[in-house]
Amino acid sequence: MAHSKDSRPLLIGCGAGFAGDRWDAAGPVVDTLIARGRSAALMFETLAERTLALAQLKKRSDPEAGYEPTLAQFLAPVLARCVAHGIPIIGNFGAANPRGAALALQELARRLGLGPLRIGVVEGDDLLSTLSAADLDRVLPSPLDRSSLVSANVYLGASAIAQCLGAGAQIVVTGRVADPALALGPMLAHFGWAEDDWDLLASGTMAGHLLECGAQVCGGYFADPGLKDVPDLARVGFPIVEMQASGSFVITKADHSGGRVDARTVKEQLLYEIHDPAAYLTPDVVADISETQVDEIAPNRVRVVGVRGHGRPDTLKATVCFEGGWLAEGEISYAGPSALARAQLAAQVVRERLALLPEPVSDARYDFIGAASVFADDGGRWLAEHPLPPCSDVRLRVAARTATRAQAEQLTREVLALYTCGPAGGGGVRSQITPHLASDSCYVPRALISERWSIG
Amino acid sequence: MKPTPVRVPLYRLAHGRTGDKGNRSNISVIAFDPRAWELLLAQVTEERVAELFAARRPSRVTRYLLPKLQAMNFVLDDILDGGVNGSLNLDAHGKTLSCLLLSLPVTVDAALAQELELTP
Repeated sequence: MAHSKDSRPLLIGCGAGFAGDRWDAAGPVVDTLIARGRSAALMFETLAERTLALAQLKKRSDPEAGYEPTLAQFLAPVLARCVAHGIPIIGNFGAANPRGAALALQELARRLGLGPLRIGVVEGDDLLSTLSAADLDRVLPSPLDRSSLVSANVYLGASAIAQCLGAGAQIVVTGRVADPALALGPMLAHFGWAEDDWDLLASGTMAGHLLECGAQVCGGYFADPGLKDVPDLARVGFPIVEMQASGSFVITKADHSGGRVDARTVKEQLLYEIHDPAAYLTPDVVADISETQVDEIAPNRVRVVGVRGHGRPDTLKATVCFEGGWLAEGEISYAGPSALARAQLAAQVVRERLALLPEPVSDARYDFIGAASVFADDGGRWLAEHPLPPCSDVRLRVAARTATRAQAEQLTREVLALYTCGPAGGGGVRSQITPHLASDSCYVPRALISERWSIG
Repeated sequence: MKPTPVRVPLYRLAHGRTGDKGNRSNISVIAFDPRAWELLLAQVTEERVAELFAARRPSRVTRYLLPKLQAMNFVLDDILDGGVNGSLNLDAHGKTLSCLLLSLPVTVDAALAQELELTP
């Protein structure tokens, strides 16, 4: 795929919408791309906000680690066919170590009997390794305890991805980039769109936005029996965009798969994680969908038109993660007559016990799963304002953040002790203590960013 | 007998999805049928949504309109107890909150209810 002015359509499929996505999703997408016989690319989005911080921690203990650990499971089913059919793969599975991911991919290619691949690596998102201490001080949110800092990564755009593809990369590995850039990059390389043709960049960005969450535009995360039925959800297909040189595009899904693509699934995903629809900020463009229209042109084919674009922002967003204590959680179930009353008594017992501890825990949260949990706020106002519905099978959950692991263990021990010291008939205690990663965001002037790419 | 209006939860007329960024939530409300759009405009207001989410103390509720999609996008600031970074909620992202918004009661006049084949 050279930096050409190819006016023929480009197909872009998505093989993963997050790190936990299905490993067998990309196969039918690639089958479909091959069957169409057109220029095509395949993207994988596997890097959530805090996934990168976890990867950075892994890299600290093992310098060769720090990329998506299930990279091979995602790519092994499709790599040989993509290489054979000239379908480049673009993924942010590099996480904290894109070069490490590239090495792992070469190893995978060798195991599959493929020759050495041309793998592009995009770097420069990691501010902790690219910025001087003085510049870091200028851009990082304050006050921030520098010793707890784990990661600071800026969202890069599509340009370096496009340049890798223009130089013949068969795979492009990135760390943090704006998710839609994984799709916009191959469009820039294919169509040769100018980097200030804002309407085209915005169309490509919104196409990438619809692709980046995988099945979420194909009936995944959509089904509601009787209201919004989705056929064969267990085999939900992953999406494919057919982009025209004009910026008009159709969104569809893998052939012979479950799920559905219709105006409703596309509208839900179009607005997903959007704030002002007239100003969706990305590193490449400010996209405007306030006049966008979606039309069902055939079963499982929706055309999207009318995306507008405006000049890109002067600063780039960065996500900063830092270590912030522990999360302690303990749960126990009560069922049958007076289940809710016993669960409420158990909550009262734990509350009193936590106050009696050598290091008291005062701001724990109490959920009555089965009666009220996720709609409620941490402060307990929802529970105070809404009477709990009758419930004969309820699970008490106690959760708190603590500064130390020892304090977290105190909380889980108090829930465990309900077995013998709490109300009648409690069962099924489970507890969990997890290190907590907090994050914040900041904005970095473009002049401080040193984006670079290479092919190995 | 005079036909009476029908009171139904919003999910009978609209669908939606929640997204989150930090401590901010966005929830779309999308009409199933274009004929319900005017009703949504009149009844699914910033004030009513702020009231529904009052326990979470939103610092601001903004409704953006996308009439060509018969959709609105609510942006609720500071409702996630810190969101995925700080909340103790099992659903720290607030992903379930679209279903709270879709439980909002709305009143459909008799003629429209008949057109949309809505029963109480």
